[in-house]
Amino acid sequence: MSDGHSFHVDRTGILLFASALGETNPIYWDEEAAKATSLGGVIAPPTFAISSAHWNPDYALKGIRRIPASKPRPAAATGGGGGGGGGGMNIARVLHGEQRFEYHEPVRPGMKLTVTTKPGKTWSKEGKKGGTMNFSETITEYRDEKGALVVVATSVGIVTEKAVGS
Amino acid sequence: MTGNPKIKLADAKPGTEHEAKLVDNLTRTQIVQYAAGSGDFNPIHHDETFATKVAGYPSVFAHGMLTMGLTGRMLTDWLGDGVLKSFGVRFVKQVFPGDSLVAKATVKGVQEQGAEGLVEIEIVTSNQRGEPVVQGSATAVLPR
Repeated sequence: MSDGHSFHVDRTGILLFASALGETNPIYWDEEAAKATSLGGVIAPPTFAISSAHWNPDYALKGIRRIPASKPRPAAATGGGGGGGGGGMNIARVLHGEQRFEYHEPVRPGMKLTVTTKPGKTWSKEGKKGGTMNFSETITEYRDEKGALVVVATSVGIVTEKAVGS
Repeated sequence: MTGNPKIKLADAKPGTEHEAKLVDNLTRTQIVQYAAGSGDFNPIHHDETFATKVAGYPSVFAHGMLTMGLTGRMLTDWLGDGVLKSFGVRFVKQVFPGDSLVAKATVKGVQEQGAEGLVEIEIVTSNQRGEPVVQGSATAVLPR
């Protein structure tokens, strides 16, 4: 289990994520309309938890982002941002194979979630193009400030022997 | 029940099907917007040279999570908001710029519990050639 990082959920983060999906649903941005529903306010779309990658200092695919700053730690502790991790791997050989979410509570603006990851199952099989494919599960738990589970995300990453498209 | 369901158990009997168009002619712009929204800046999704010359793909392609997110929209537009209990997919084929996607849901079973029930749904999202790109399942709580 990693020591975890914070994930501060706000309306702007939800708006950016939902708008990239082409969403028009007011529940993701219109506080007045959302308040009038039984949910009582804006919530995040079902796959939004993946965007905790923004707050993961050790996320492998963060581009030029340098904040939040990474703490010095053993290389083995680097993991995914709740999906398609592969810290230090040649990213041309990493695929996102599967993704599952279990929902306990809707994700809402103002939530300060703590995100922890732990390894799950691992297995291998022979692929057609990329040689041996090594599968590994990463289980990411999102908990609120009381420690209650909000979302559990399970990601299956695949590392291939060579670049798959080649 | 904490969600805001749009339909009832009677509208989601086993065998019920629901289909929705997710995207027509996917643009590179949308893929870049998704990179910024999700934080996933793997160059394979936005850097044509990296995607073709280093990774050997015909072009950049969409994040699997973009296709999953679009598929999730089919579920929430149909079932309502905050009603999903689980949602999982396997990424079976890359989605490239120019692709058009359709998602189809089929109700496989319903477990009734008092005033509500847990609906089990099978999901397939396919491209314009009818090839599945994402296959998966979801569960949702709906009222009687």
